[in-house]
Amino acid sequence: MKQELRLSGSGGQGLILAGIILAEAALLDGKLAIQSQSYGPEARGGSSKSEVMISDEEIYFPKVTKPNLVLVMSQEAAKKYVDDLSDAGVLVTDSLFVKDLPTSFKGKVYELPITHTAKTELGKALFANIIALGSIVKLTGLVTEASIIKAVLNRVPKGTEEVNEKAIKLGMSLIK
Amino acid sequence: MSRILLLQGNQAVVEGAIAAGCKFFGGYPITPSTEIAEDLAKKLPKIGGKFIQMEDEIASIGAVIGASLTGKKVMTATSGPGFSLKQELLGYACIAEIPIVIVNVQRVGPSTGQPTSPSQGDIMQARWGTHGDHWLIALTPGSVPECFELTIRAYALSEKYRVPVILLMDEVIGHMREKIELPDNYDEIPQPERKQPTCKPEDFKAYATDESLVPAMPPFGSGYRWHVTGLVHDETGFPKGTPAATVESTNRLHDKLYNNLDDIVEVENFKMDDAEYAVVAFGGAARAVYEAVNMARAEGIKVGLVRPITIWPFAEKQMKALAGKVKHIMVHELNYGQYVEEVQRVVAGKVPVTSYGVYNNEPATPEELLEKIKETFK
Repeated sequence: MKQELRLSGSGGQGLILAGIILAEAALLDGKLAIQSQSYGPEARGGSSKSEVMISDEEIYFPKVTKPNLVLVMSQEAAKKYVDDLSDAGVLVTDSLFVKDLPTSFKGKVYELPITHTAKTELGKALFANIIALGSIVKLTGLVTEASIIKAVLNRVPKGTEEVNEKAIKLGMSLIK
Repeated sequence: MSRILLLQGNQAVVEGAIAAGCKFFGGYPITPSTEIAEDLAKKLPKIGGKFIQMEDEIASIGAVIGASLTGKKVMTATSGPGFSLKQELLGYACIAEIPIVIVNVQRVGPSTGQPTSPSQGDIMQARWGTHGDHWLIALTPGSVPECFELTIRAYALSEKYRVPVILLMDEVIGHMREKIELPDNYDEIPQPERKQPTCKPEDFKAYATDESLVPAMPPFGSGYRWHVTGLVHDETGFPKGTPAATVESTNRLHDKLYNNLDDIVEVENFKMDDAEYAVVAFGGAARAVYEAVNMARAEGIKVGLVRPITIWPFAEKQMKALAGKVKHIMVHELNYGQYVEEVQRVVAGKVPVTSYGVYNNEPATPEELLEKIKETFK
């Protein structure tokens, strides 16, 4: 079964990296994965989306068309990137930024304090992407906990392993 | 031993270049090719290579031509706006027969266009961008592993035929990340060797050839002296203005490639064995077609995909054969319709050829293609 995910927000939130880490975790589990992205010409700000597809079989078309889960970490992303999410899918929002939920979507919504948790528990908003990954993995079981931790640790700067592992666990704990 | 990685197409090109023995990159970064320059800047110095960021795109192709003359395998990478600037020296490399590999990760044009959006609008530019009769090779990868393989092949062809090879990518393939398995070390990858003269330096004629029509190319500094020029020249390498010299030079530059099309032209057939209809597509555009073909077959439409891997020289023999096999051909490309004109030329009315060009900043989805397949092949 092919699983399609879209991680969206604004440039600088680390969502492309989060997509890469999720895809690498899937490879560690022995699955196939494709990650792609689109962004505007700006280096920071502007809308950003990172898409990940995970499957046991070959994936040809690299763009998400029928997402199973969409993460939105900005109000603009909530307007732009949720249209093709069917009511059978899952919407995850960062409750610090997304005040108005898209009215068209009638499925399951998780409003999570992702960036708020990063700031209060870890002192920095920049861990929000890793916290979001923890929540998504807990919610979907798409990749194993061991693989997501390994994939995160492969990608983060030396000396930040402990705090990043904590960020994953914090993200998981947001899903009750 | 090998390693499994998640790499972008652009990064796989870098690995392919290193594996093939590339030791020089002269470039000027531009979206969506920048990762090639970025990664080679990190990696080349560690393996005894040189990375130079030149002052502009023209200077960067000049630098790689110069480095190639010293015997190095070289690369430059760019996108449409930069590829436009490189055209003059691309012609120089054609007539002076200097092996170079140029990557063009296409984006929406013309001019600055849409810098971060995918396109395949440089198909004809790759063929005819520089002026005058000239021939070269262009290859188009359709996956991240193929970026690695085709980069190695680009060097093999460039060195063997002393010709510029364009790795004609698109943003879809350049920027997507996909699983790739790479050897732990590249020592066992065959390194293409440039043909060397067997005569003494004083007897050396720079453009004298054997039946391969490809002259030997000793590196500058090796004791063999020769003259390099963009003027039409004879076998000595010095300019010659006679009608006969022009005819001989032009014919040889054509024939050295076109006598070897079976070696150069590669086409993938997907579910074509029993196909009654064919979609022709390449690079990033082909990715949706694989899926659309499977969906259409589930509905009983016998359609397959023909994917040119070598874009230039044109797969003339393969397209002629296709016209004798299927009832209708649809050409899908991420532009208003360029490659389709070559297909139509060769098919010459034998079967209908329909163009499905997409130029809205996004690749067509499998669902859109399925609709088009049903509408076209009814």
